Amino acid sequence: MPEETDAKPPTVTPMRVVIAVCLIAPFVAMLWVSSYAKVEPTFIGIPFFYWYQMLWVLISTALTMIAYKLWQRDQRSRKGGASA
Amino acid sequence: MKDGVNGVALAVFIFFFLAVTIIGFMASRWRKAENEASLDEWGLGGRSFGTWVTWFLLGGDLYTAYTFVAVPAAIYAAGAAGFFAVPYTILVYPLIFTFLPRLWSVSHKHGYVTTSDFVRGRFGSKGLSLAVALTGILATMPYIALQLVGIQAVLDVMGVGGGETTHWFIKDLPLLIAFAVLAAYTYSSGLRAPALIAFVKDGLIYLVIAVAIIYIPIKLGGFDDIFAKASEAFAQPNPATGQPRGSLVPGDMGQWGYATLALGSALALFMYPHSITATLSSRSREVIRRNTTILPLYSLMLGLLALLGFMAIAAGIKVDNGQLAIPQLFETMFPDWFAGVAFAAIGIGALVPAAIMSIAAANLFTRNIYKDFIKPDATPAQETRVSKLVSLFVKVGALLFVLTMDKTVAINFQLLGGIWILQTMPALVGGLFTRWFHRWALIAGWAVGMLYGTVAAYGVASPTQKHFGGSSKEIPGIGEIGYIGLTAFVLNLVVVVVLTFVLNAMKAPAGVDETSPSDYTADVGDPGVKAELPPATAGAPGGH
Repeated sequence: MPEETDAKPPTVTPMRVVIAVCLIAPFVAMLWVSSYAKVEPTFIGIPFFYWYQMLWVLISTALTMIAYKLWQRDQRSRKGGASA
Repeated sequence: MKDGVNGVALAVFIFFFLAVTIIGFMASRWRKAENEASLDEWGLGGRSFGTWVTWFLLGGDLYTAYTFVAVPAAIYAAGAAGFFAVPYTILVYPLIFTFLPRLWSVSHKHGYVTTSDFVRGRFGSKGLSLAVALTGILATMPYIALQLVGIQAVLDVMGVGGGETTHWFIKDLPLLIAFAVLAAYTYSSGLRAPALIAFVKDGLIYLVIAVAIIYIPIKLGGFDDIFAKASEAFAQPNPATGQPRGSLVPGDMGQWGYATLALGSALALFMYPHSITATLSSRSREVIRRNTTILPLYSLMLGLLALLGFMAIAAGIKVDNGQLAIPQLFETMFPDWFAGVAFAAIGIGALVPAAIMSIAAANLFTRNIYKDFIKPDATPAQETRVSKLVSLFVKVGALLFVLTMDKTVAINFQLLGGIWILQTMPALVGGLFTRWFHRWALIAGWAVGMLYGTVAAYGVASPTQKHFGGSSKEIPGIGEIGYIGLTAFVLNLVVVVVLTFVLNAMKAPAGVDETSPSDYTADVGDPGVKAELPPATAGAPGGH
């Protein structure tokens, strides 16, 4: 649910859907505990449960970064040259 | 483990502690303000911090004794269940990304310094604003208490705390000294103190983490050995209950608890007054979003530090009070001088957030209770004085939590605070997106959530205490064990929605909304946005 208050151009655009997916994905992945509550496969001796979640730190960072870049682009295209 | 005082570690610890104290006092001269007596100046550092300082500040108060002591201790005690802190901090950033830029915009447009300011402006309700302020102050106290427990754990392991048998005053003396130092420099320097100290602290913390997560696993024979030993230890039944002590992976029973703790904590985090203070300190709306792309680095650190809980088990550390596990591990594994550095990192890492938290709570009191209800015509100088006094009072409140509650599961302090602060979410986050909620419905929902949350938490017993022994309980209607804070929040929201329908149907007066939709997306440079307070900090812009 990124901000959808600007009324003039269409509120829901494909780009905004992608932003929303980037922001919601970590919730689905992390709250679905049974999908990762297991020991195997281990990674350098660390059970799956632990390294998988730490991997998600990196994944969610990447997703947030993508969301940020897309959001900037969205804002620029919306504002045009209006305000500096 | 009471084998006398560890002199070398203590000396190094004191050295860093003194250095930080001096920096703290000097900080008040750093980028000095023209008008020091103003509350904005003392409490928000002139709101002129750029990306990097904000990054350090946020890191400074989000990753704390919680990270270094409480989370690894929870893992040490029960295994997988304590690791919820990692998904918790993962989920925080998408939430910040979505919510806080709107709060920044509306706050800078209308000069709001606290969440209560915003709620009052949005809903035209002093009562709701008061509820939010009181909740923020109350919820901050156990969170500060957690920091004090962290400092105390370090002092205990260095042997200055005295044993269980010593007089309570001697036993708590180091804690009181640490508390006094914290109080003194926060009092004199405001938010500038923690910002400067955060640099020292984060440097130390990175160093200690790097050493800890490389050196300790190697010394213990690698993660295979560590987890094999931990698995063995967790399988041993607890003599008291006959249940296994914990597990490496949450069982079916624990998964609801795990998910609700993660989600509830994430939702709670950015509503704490101190998180809001840090957010509002940033220079522009964009800085906040940019920060969410770099802050997760701290989460990786948190995950690695959490694994220290397993390493403590593998290293054969045996402590009754789980909070001592990590400091004890450091003392066992590191040479004395580096143990001192590590203890300093933990100690200062607890001090900084405690300072920031108490300032934020003090701002809330001054703006939204003192000025709104007690002395509307207070001068800026009076406001600042009251804020400083209240920041002391909040720390004393935290001290009371430490002295009266069970310290062996310190993570519960933070979770208890979360139960309370979550109840301000419908007004705050709801208000950022919609004006549909009725102000009276929000107050009623808040009251129901607070009541349910507090009563439910009061009713949780643990082996060591009869009340407030934990933060999870069966969720009514679902039958799974879940975080009380989230259950209370859902209850709160249901009440708000139902009553809003009723009140709107009855045409109850909705109050004046002084904000307009465009206020929520305004950024620096837009008309009417107060980007900065006057010069004072003029050297800063562009400098980061």
